[in-house]
Amino acid sequence: MNSLLESGVTDCHPASAPDYMPVDELRQLQLRRLQAVVERASEHVQHFQSRMDERGLIPADIRSLEDISRLPFTVKSDLRDTYPFGLFASPMKDVVRLHASSGTTGKPIVVAYTQDDIDVWTSVLVRCFAGCGLHRGDIIQVAYGYGLFTGGLGAHYGAEGLGATVVPTSGGNADRQIMLMKDFGVTAMCCTPTYFLHLIDRAAELGIDMKDLPLRAGVFGAEPWTESMRRHIENRSSVEAFDIYGLSEIIGPGVACECRRHQGLHIFEDHFYPEIIDPETGEPLPDGIEGELVLTTLSKQAMPMIRYRTRDITMLLPGRCECGRTIRRMGRIGRRSDDMLIIRGVNVFPSQVEAALLEIEGTLPNYQILLTREHGLDQMEVQVEVTPQMFNDKIEALQGLHAKLQGALDHVLGIRIKVALVEAHSLARSEGKAKRVIDRRTS
Amino acid sequence: MKIQQLSLFVENKPGHITAPARLLAREGIDIRSLYLADTQQYGIVRMIVSNWQKAAGILEAHGYVAKMTEVLAVQVPDRPGGLADVLGALDGSDINIEYMYAFPYLRGNQAVLIFRFNDPDAAIAQLQTAGINLVASNELLK
Repeated sequence: MNSLLESGVTDCHPASAPDYMPVDELRQLQLRRLQAVVERASEHVQHFQSRMDERGLIPADIRSLEDISRLPFTVKSDLRDTYPFGLFASPMKDVVRLHASSGTTGKPIVVAYTQDDIDVWTSVLVRCFAGCGLHRGDIIQVAYGYGLFTGGLGAHYGAEGLGATVVPTSGGNADRQIMLMKDFGVTAMCCTPTYFLHLIDRAAELGIDMKDLPLRAGVFGAEPWTESMRRHIENRSSVEAFDIYGLSEIIGPGVACECRRHQGLHIFEDHFYPEIIDPETGEPLPDGIEGELVLTTLSKQAMPMIRYRTRDITMLLPGRCECGRTIRRMGRIGRRSDDMLIIRGVNVFPSQVEAALLEIEGTLPNYQILLTREHGLDQMEVQVEVTPQMFNDKIEALQGLHAKLQGALDHVLGIRIKVALVEAHSLARSEGKAKRVIDRRTS
Repeated sequence: MKIQQLSLFVENKPGHITAPARLLAREGIDIRSLYLADTQQYGIVRMIVSNWQKAAGILEAHGYVAKMTEVLAVQVPDRPGGLADVLGALDGSDINIEYMYAFPYLRGNQAVLIFRFNDPDAAIAQLQTAGINLVASNELLK
């Protein structure tokens, strides 16, 4: 660690040491931890034990990291089927925290932490923040929701662990968020990227230019976002925007995060072992090839996850990052395998629509994708709410906007679609969250 | 000289003008003129109303996207050639009409023409030089 500081590496913290571990040492550590976690899950989780039995596997069969591909996958429905505590590997007396997903359909997903798990979680977030160039003395506002959702408390513990000053605003109340950012001299913001765009817009309405604030970093996650969104955020505020990745099933935020090179997200692979698989066949794919990210928790006690299928589509990036970290990187998550729409045989992702709209408008208007079938042919309509910024009282200007949206979407999606301009607030929202895709195709 | 015109984005579907009209009616706002520019899918309702600040506030509070645009109102005699005389005053200039509409003025045998020009200030100068009567906001809303 001292030698790192002497060599001029400044974006780290004592907790960041594993980021720079020699690769062979890291692989040995991963294998030891993998063997231990498989052992632990086999011993304490009935569900996992049965899956191992079905395959005629015992923990001792895991002799190398490559053997991980022999292990059964865990999928989201396994968490639902064993609700609430079926996948716990620790007795409840050792569990110090429970979190749960919002569970829009049916029962939520429950995740558990021992004190050691909380400490690991904190340490990976410290490593995220340190990699973003943050340190003691920074004032970090956490506008992820606090509560059952892992975002708020996860980022909170990490920011405290870093030694920074935390402003735990949680989500909502944009005007108060902006007031506190300004009055407290907040230097870093943690929230979803779309919420930050909303704050930029709201601040402008209040006559505050985000560029005048001391804010210098934004750690954005909990939803996929794009490079064009990064450009917009960085043009309209003084923040350097960082992509952070995580999911509750694994630990919460802090599975991976960008460093200041912004060339992919470093996976804290001493705790979370990554694989990329073909989502159709389940076969492992080599580095540099896009597929579904599968994660195994190497040190989690309360709820080990073996080969959890994230449904997120990305790749492991070959080569070493210029920042000097030895831990591997993954590409930014642009889409999820279960978001994919197939329109007239073409794969379409809602995130492509979002990126195109953002590119044209500079902010993200509310939109909805409507799928229908006419004479056996899939039809896709993108309905875009007209915002005050987009509205012009000349028909010609509205037609120009319409044509521009049409052109950009046709180009990005590679198929002919219909674009409709609709009245503000006319698209359905469920619990404040926009419902993006309405599929009225009947097969 | 400039008049504030309220423009509203609406979808071209049955009932979509009724709701904003009701909102304005409930607040006692008088619509002096209304003009609809439409396409197959959507349209723009352009209105001159008795109290535009209040009208815009009410519509926005109900989630409508409303915009104020500065237009010019020109008073002309309601007779053949009335319009041609006004337009003739712009001959030889680069002033372009982005859109226009007309309505009869109830006092006297007069009509009012509403214009959105590409360059309203140049248009005011040109019209006044030609002795054409521009209607002030307070007069129009009397």
